[in-house]
Amino acid sequence: MILDPEQILAVVFQLTQLLLVVLLAPFLTGWVNQCQAWLQNRSGAGVLQPYRVLHKLFHKDAVMAHNASWLFRATPYIVFGCMWLAAAIIPVIAVNLPFSRAADVIALVGVFALARMFIALAAMDVGTAFGTLGARREMLVSFLAEPALLMVLFTASMISHSTQLTRIVETLAHHEFVLYPSLAFAALAFLIVLLAENARIPVDNPGTHLELTMIHEAMILEYSARHLALIEWASSLKLFAYISIGIALFLPHGIAEVGNWAGLPLAIGLLLLKLLAAGAGLAVLETLLAKMRIFRAPEFLGTAFLLAVLGLLIHFLLGA
Amino acid sequence: MDIVGVLPLDVAGTVIVLWLALGLLGLALQRSPHLITNVIFPLGAFVSLALAATGFLALGEVANTSILPLGLPGLPLHLRLDQLSAFFLILLGGASFGVSLFSAGYFKSMQGSTLGLLCLEYHLFLASMTLVLLADDAYMFMVAWETMALSSYFLVTTDHNVPDIRKAGYLYLLIAHVGAIAILLSFGVMQGGHGIGAYTFAAMREAHLSAFWASVAFLLALFGFGAKAGVLPMHVWLPEAHPAAPSPVSALLSGVMLKTAIYGILRVTFDLLGAQQWWWGVLALALGLATALFGVMFAAVQGDMKRLLAYSSIENIGLLLVGIGLTIIFHVYGKDALAALSLTATLYHSLNHACFKSLLFVGTGSILHATGDRNMGRLGGLIHSMPWASVLMLVGVLAIAGMPPLNGFVSEWLLLQAFLLSPGLPNSYINMLVPVAAAVIVLAAALSAYVMVKFYGVIFLGQRREKALEHAHDAGWWERAGMTWLVLACVSLGLAPVFVVGQIDHVSQLLLGTQLGNAADDWMFLAPVDTERASYSPLYFLLVVLGVMLLTTLLVRHFYHGRLRRGPAWDCGFPAQNARMQDTAEGFGQPIRRIFEPFFLIEREVPTPFDAQPRYHGRTEDKLWYMLYLPIKWITEKLSGWASLLQHGRIHLYLTYTFVTLVVLLVFV
Repeated sequence: MILDPEQILAVVFQLTQLLLVVLLAPFLTGWVNQCQAWLQNRSGAGVLQPYRVLHKLFHKDAVMAHNASWLFRATPYIVFGCMWLAAAIIPVIAVNLPFSRAADVIALVGVFALARMFIALAAMDVGTAFGTLGARREMLVSFLAEPALLMVLFTASMISHSTQLTRIVETLAHHEFVLYPSLAFAALAFLIVLLAENARIPVDNPGTHLELTMIHEAMILEYSARHLALIEWASSLKLFAYISIGIALFLPHGIAEVGNWAGLPLAIGLLLLKLLAAGAGLAVLETLLAKMRIFRAPEFLGTAFLLAVLGLLIHFLLGA
Repeated sequence: MDIVGVLPLDVAGTVIVLWLALGLLGLALQRSPHLITNVIFPLGAFVSLALAATGFLALGEVANTSILPLGLPGLPLHLRLDQLSAFFLILLGGASFGVSLFSAGYFKSMQGSTLGLLCLEYHLFLASMTLVLLADDAYMFMVAWETMALSSYFLVTTDHNVPDIRKAGYLYLLIAHVGAIAILLSFGVMQGGHGIGAYTFAAMREAHLSAFWASVAFLLALFGFGAKAGVLPMHVWLPEAHPAAPSPVSALLSGVMLKTAIYGILRVTFDLLGAQQWWWGVLALALGLATALFGVMFAAVQGDMKRLLAYSSIENIGLLLVGIGLTIIFHVYGKDALAALSLTATLYHSLNHACFKSLLFVGTGSILHATGDRNMGRLGGLIHSMPWASVLMLVGVLAIAGMPPLNGFVSEWLLLQAFLLSPGLPNSYINMLVPVAAAVIVLAAALSAYVMVKFYGVIFLGQRREKALEHAHDAGWWERAGMTWLVLACVSLGLAPVFVVGQIDHVSQLLLGTQLGNAADDWMFLAPVDTERASYSPLYFLLVVLGVMLLTTLLVRHFYHGRLRRGPAWDCGFPAQNARMQDTAEGFGQPIRRIFEPFFLIEREVPTPFDAQPRYHGRTEDKLWYMLYLPIKWITEKLSGWASLLQHGRIHLYLTYTFVTLVVLLVFV
């Protein structure tokens, strides 16, 4: 089989991104935490803290409940694999990713759903009150957030006449800052989904273990050591993936074109800048908002869903 | 497949005869139940497999017909095996192969005489469903349809000693017959007053009805078949009858029989009437959306595992109806490629639902045998005592929740692609309806993941809620074989979509005169319409996910260690935890009950803190039963009460009626 240079380049881009996301993801989490610390007038643990935590967790002996099954053991690997894959197929440095033909936006949402389903099942596996509580709340949040995310992605794919991520990004990156009214609604909806799906304030609080408020933390209470490390890493990857989707849909400019070697360093640099800005924005948002009661969350996410549907409807009506 | 001069239709006919023979043999062998379970049911299963193979071979063939020298004088019975029938024969054969294998293990604890009767009813049910698919005239169709209804009624009421089951069976029979009357009337309209000679489907195809009469026929058919399929508001029998029946029968009812109603709608709408009006599509779409959302909402609040699955079937029927509605709309507006896409999605989902719903229903049978309980609130932790069943059911649960790379995802993906391609219809109202419909579809799909996490999590995971569950035994070998077959079907339907879509194209060609095809030249990629628009490759997807997982595992093992200790659960340091503190099914469904409160009729009895014997009681019911069915019952009772005023049972009074009628008629004439 003879490969033409363009294909080799595409594979190189794909592998670069695969490696880049998995190494950069904890950095992003650390950056968000550091920004929050600064905003709260603390000195913070530094942006490298997540790496240290991961290193520490990997070294520890894992402890599992007596009645934990194989599902509980397998879930961290499944979740990590899914999230890594999700973060790796969103075009953020180059549009020409070979794997994007195999999984489009609907499959991307499917990957998130698969990971969520496994983590919710694993949470129920040990059979503690907190575990099932977490699983129930997680599914409650996601049954509104997932359709909203799909609607946002549909609006983008309507504009670009394709559900393939690379095509969407290509189309949107080539339009010189044209404001789509439908995308404006979608962006707002996406922001809410991003907060909810990544267990952020105001839906969840990643910083506490208070039983009245926690969702994601309640699900992973029983995990320790390398399993916990993989899940934490997967959470970082998920945040990375969501911010990448945001960048890809609403700010794709500067991404490397097909077969453009020279564009790669510039694209990586631009991506880093965008990520830093998004992370800082997230920290500001979290500092300004307060955690809401769990039963306000469906209303909050219902708003996101309605906004996203409105965005799609506007596209159907105005064609823009 | 004319190699040996045998037509597929002949083979299908032989299959029917074989099934009937096996059923009768089972009745004769009442004395030796071992023979029935270990020989008759497996033989029946292989007959199913032969039927599926026949359907598969017939898909690429021209339709073959035959006229049986049976029936009434001057009214011979017509049979026809075309691509649409062939597709549903594959569905019937494939799903019933797994279910029959499972039955061989499931019914072994049953008493001889009931078992013999059940064996006859079971195979009669399968044979009548095959006949429904093969019928080519209204008379044959109605005979087969009624045989199907009656045999399934007797199967549902197998445990007729239980009053609730008798009630469920009665409700099922009643609604099945109301539906059957509507179907009969629909055929009556379609034969267009051309007399008895026009009762064949061939004549109905030629009869060109006016728009009004075509619409009447469509509405009657939609009502009649909808009643069988469980479309809102004729769904009430479904959550009663499915749990009442023995599990393999529930699997056949839900997995296969509901699809015969879908077959009926497709046959009448596209083949006999030729889908003429756009508003038919809108009606089907709206009904489908309401049904899907209703079904999944109610599934989320159920505590009985089989009722939960029954409501989930209602949801899936809704999704199928949405696909049919979309196909009608596209077909009427001449968008043939899109019509083919949504028809493919519909048929694909029918096949998928037949596989995973049969799997889940037979799985509940294994659980029921192992634990004797259908109430999820008394199960839990079965993953430890039922390893086989738990792994096989996990695949079914992931498939029905629409997780890639399994089969449920493919049909969902195709349906959503159809929605995404739809702008540009000439009717702007429909253009506005489409995004809303897409939103409802994805909401229902997301809710079904909630339902399935609840279903699997409460039954299989966690701590055992009852002490006796420690002794729950795993599914037997026959049961495992049947479930494994259905799991394999789910996986291969998920991994080879290009092949399946290629086969469904034969049906699209028949009904719409066009094919979907595959835009990608690579068999690995499913790409309807255009490769630039959308493509999906489940095999790559699976390989990459598995590869990434394997890599992670190896790296973690290589750079760190694999040490593991066991200890008591942490639970935030709370020491006094027990199995009662886990969510029950009701607890897990509570958020849904709260969010969608207006749709449910909730009855709650909460104890006060001072109750000596506190008792908690909660029930969530269907409002439609009280708002629609009870008023109808009340009106019917009133009307029959008035009618009974005329009936005194005395002969001279009836003679007087006759005399008065005669006089009145004479006066008028």
